[in-house]
Amino acid sequence: MTSANKSIRAARYGMTIDVDRCNGCGACMMACAVENNVPPAHEGATDRKGLTWIRVFKVDNGEEYPDRRTAFVPVMCQHCGNETPCVHVCPQQAVDVDPATGVVGEMPQRCLGCRYCMAACPYHARYFNWWDPAWPAGMEKTLNPGVTPRMRGVVEKCNLCHGRWHAAKEAAAAAGKPDTEPVDYTPACAEVCPTAAIHFGDLNDATSVVAMEAGKAESFRLLERLNTQPKIYYRSKRDWVREIAAAPQPGARKEKARG
Amino acid sequence: MVRQGTARQFDKQFIARGSSRCSAPKFLLWIAPWAALLLFGLYSAALCLIKGLNQTNMDNRFAFGLWIFLDLTVIALGAGAFFTGFLLYILKVDELRSVINSAVVIGLVCYSGAVCVLAVDVGQPLRAWFTFWYPNVHSMLTEVTFCISCYLTVLAIEYLPIVLRNRKLRQVPAFLVFEFELHKLIYVLAGVGTFLSFFHQGSLGGLYGVLRGRPFAFREGLAVWPSTFFLFIISAAAVGPSFMLLTTWLVEKISRKRLVRPAVLQLLGRISGSLLAVYVLAKSIDTLVWINRTSPETGFQAWQYYSWKPFGSWILVAEIGLCGLLPALMLLAPKLRRKTGWLVTGAFLACLGVALNRFVLTVQTLALPTLSFDRFMSYTPSWQETGTFLAVVAYGVLVYSFSFRYFQLFPQERELKGEMPKVEEPELVGRY
Repeated sequence: MTSANKSIRAARYGMTIDVDRCNGCGACMMACAVENNVPPAHEGATDRKGLTWIRVFKVDNGEEYPDRRTAFVPVMCQHCGNETPCVHVCPQQAVDVDPATGVVGEMPQRCLGCRYCMAACPYHARYFNWWDPAWPAGMEKTLNPGVTPRMRGVVEKCNLCHGRWHAAKEAAAAAGKPDTEPVDYTPACAEVCPTAAIHFGDLNDATSVVAMEAGKAESFRLLERLNTQPKIYYRSKRDWVREIAAAPQPGARKEKARG
Repeated sequence: MVRQGTARQFDKQFIARGSSRCSAPKFLLWIAPWAALLLFGLYSAALCLIKGLNQTNMDNRFAFGLWIFLDLTVIALGAGAFFTGFLLYILKVDELRSVINSAVVIGLVCYSGAVCVLAVDVGQPLRAWFTFWYPNVHSMLTEVTFCISCYLTVLAIEYLPIVLRNRKLRQVPAFLVFEFELHKLIYVLAGVGTFLSFFHQGSLGGLYGVLRGRPFAFREGLAVWPSTFFLFIISAAAVGPSFMLLTTWLVEKISRKRLVRPAVLQLLGRISGSLLAVYVLAKSIDTLVWINRTSPETGFQAWQYYSWKPFGSWILVAEIGLCGLLPALMLLAPKLRRKTGWLVTGAFLACLGVALNRFVLTVQTLALPTLSFDRFMSYTPSWQETGTFLAVVAYGVLVYSFSFRYFQLFPQERELKGEMPKVEEPELVGRY
């Protein structure tokens, strides 16, 4: 039986991020880098040339003390579900959406490094390898053998821990489970978050935590009016946070932001 | 002394019969600074290729920079090659025969320069063939890659007869026969070139117009093509003749020779002016649709794009009015067209307008934030980027200089030579 004949129950992996719980500790960024073999910053790297699959933005309500309030918004690839902006621009099909998982994948081995996808991404969630990846002596022993480090001159981004998904698939196969069913796994950022602000799961599964949280009134997605249908949902009970997220441009509300 | 004399004699043998060119030392003096600039640029490009794109000031936000701006601009300016070929061989506008060779050289220089810069601009240039092997038919960049490669080949084939008609090379019978046979294909090449170039110019415009994630650049359109696809074709066809006009005028000034009759330059101006008027109209309609419908539908009011200095609304006025409508009127008015100063100024403004349009699409698009908690960013090219940019300019000047010296770029030059009034030449004028 070939895979083409199988009836696959497609998953739609996504996340919910509770902005009210996020304290901006950056543990998700670190865990992501360690899990996915993102190299330490080159000495010449700036905040505009660095590599990180998650970027935590700090925003505030624009008020002065004692009314000042702050929130942190982790932004990674939003895994757009509709006319994914980066997919249709890549000239050599190095970017795709996996129909079985809904994850927007990137094949660094095929990437030309033209950076057209970076120009296309409204979330600025794609990063270019401006330098050769390098780890301090001895640190290469900590590399994750399940994930290939990327070379200089290619684009990379969050793939919702593809290595972990692969390992979960293998474990499911070893346990005799049918490979047509979605597997349960947790990306590194969701696993490590100390305040449990990040939840991960199948948005197609109505009983999953993410599906239930995504449907709540305080949930929102970034740049919803672009109709890219991201699979990363944010949550906040604070009106000003939701207003900032929905504002058409910086300054439209009097918030300040730092990436 | 004897060896020097022999070298000069040898050099003279390659210069077209009936054309007079400056002495070899003077020519060397002219090309020396350009060659130095080219070497500096090659060094800059080599640094980027060997050490990586960290040598540039591009970053994760400014994924495109000076080089893509250069590519879009030179390819628009080089459009004179396909459009003149189309007018001459397909529409039979025979007056343009006197500039077609020059147009081919300009086209070749612009397209090959752009391809070379693209090769430096991509992170993995050795994977360029992947686009042919794994083409994504939905990507405008795939269309660009295919058309630019094919059209560059067409231009190289079109350039060959110009080279083979060289006085010395003609002495080889095989070259003569080959050139004769090749010339028979010229109508086919002109047709293929026009087709490819139409798509190529269009897909360059489409590159930005399809970016639905960048509401500043995103445009609605027809079928799979956004309006920028068509605007790029019209604008390139409009400024191609203007750039040829400018180049011919400049070469006439530098070489102190009459190369074409004034009527030809005026015709180029008229063609450019007419198309520019169409472009200004189309661009104005497109802008109004974008301001009132396309952009608000994506949640962005168009005014907000112009609230980030220095990209104020002046840029729109300069692009459509000062460098669009004004030169169109200048080039369309017969009285003004007859005066070289107005003609050249009109052509210059038209070229500037298209460069500004390409700048806006490349740089302004990337500078503007989309996330409401992100920030506006600016970008200044590094010296390595600027050096590589200048290398293309130097390369263009050098190829054109050599072509002008040794090949018959302007067939009317010989006829006009007799009509040329004698002018006293200052001794140290750079001629080539």
